[in-house]
Amino acid sequence: MMLPGSNRRIHSVHRHSGMAVAGLAADGRQIVARAKSEATNYESVYGEPIPVKELAERVASYVHLCTLYWWLRPFGCGIILGGYDRDGPQLYMVEPSGISYKYFGAAIGKGKQAAKTEIEKLKLSEMTCREGVIEVAKIIYKVHDEAKDKAFELEISWVCDESKQQHQKVPNDLLEEAKAAARTALEEMDAD
Amino acid sequence: MDLDMSINAPHSMGTTIIGVTYNGGVVLGADSRTSTGMYVANRASDKITQLTDNVYVCRSGSAADSQIVSDYVRHFLHQHTIQLGQPATVKVAANLIRLISYNNKNMLETGLIVGGWDKYEGGKIYGIPLGGTLIEQPFAIGGSGSSYLYGFFDQEWKEGMTMEEAEKLVVKAVSLAIARDGASGGVVRTVIINSEGVKRNFYPGDKLPLWHEELEPQNSLLDILNAPEPMNT
Repeated sequence: MMLPGSNRRIHSVHRHSGMAVAGLAADGRQIVARAKSEATNYESVYGEPIPVKELAERVASYVHLCTLYWWLRPFGCGIILGGYDRDGPQLYMVEPSGISYKYFGAAIGKGKQAAKTEIEKLKLSEMTCREGVIEVAKIIYKVHDEAKDKAFELEISWVCDESKQQHQKVPNDLLEEAKAAARTALEEMDAD
Repeated sequence: MDLDMSINAPHSMGTTIIGVTYNGGVVLGADSRTSTGMYVANRASDKITQLTDNVYVCRSGSAADSQIVSDYVRHFLHQHTIQLGQPATVKVAANLIRLISYNNKNMLETGLIVGGWDKYEGGKIYGIPLGGTLIEQPFAIGGSGSSYLYGFFDQEWKEGMTMEEAEKLVVKAVSLAIARDGASGGVVRTVIINSEGVKRNFYPGDKLPLWHEELEPQNSLLDILNAPEPMNT
């Protein structure tokens, strides 16, 4: 019944960075709002786009804050933050406890264990961004449990040289290519 | 001229300050005269102030204002460096100076030249004149003495100089300005910043070249007294 594209999981934080949220959507929106605010504030004070490391630390610090006082409840969601700054592309993950680490591959949500296993099989240093998009789609389709989980809509965004270091949704043709490849991979697996 | 130049006038650095990029870094230069009206309050001041390990600023205008602005920015940059985990960029330092200069433009009177080296952009010079504009330039001049240097730089400036050429240019320029600007004088100080670090140099007034109509410096009254009589009849 829902309109496709109406339940976005991935949000742009700044020109050069974006965030994917897993968990309570309303909590996620709050974190995204804070991240956007930190990013624009940093740029107006320091005159350069916020380094991804700094952004991750500020978001983590904010999430952690909500674990310190009895009258605040922790955020009910984890976020994966991706960005491209002067030191290249970087990936960070922030958990509800306020822990934040830099990753080469990360997953959160119900299928995160299975997803992490799949990510570890990939040779990340040898992949291009386009190949990465296809692999990610395959993993999402693979860990999705047809019986237990409800239908899902695939959303992929990227920040890379091809997108001119801007955070954007991947071009439609690439998205379709990824979905097709993912479905084929599933069928091949089921065929065994 | 009805200038009220009393001994209680605020310390002003009628000054000459220069910042120049070269192939591999920057050279900052300044004179050393701080005046209160007609009185030279400090004839050997250091107008090139450190903000971080790799970024320095040349100060001109009101001595108090430029010192306070430098102190604030040094403080913020220090915090920023800790958070970032690596040295601040020249651009960030210049931006912080610009924000303070612009937001307090009604109260401040200070023109600054920020120069330094960072691993992303190399050597950079940013001029921040009175109103709080921020302008990135291959070279910048400032202070009262700079009026006499515009033509000189138009002719002598070239892109991609070596460190020696750049420093020579800066010393020559400051010395020319000192010769013509009453509010600039004393010694010439230079600071060279590049990937290897920072080097400070000092050129005392009597080591500078003499320009048109300038006299030889007299070091001591004793030299004059012991000199031979001008006319021996």
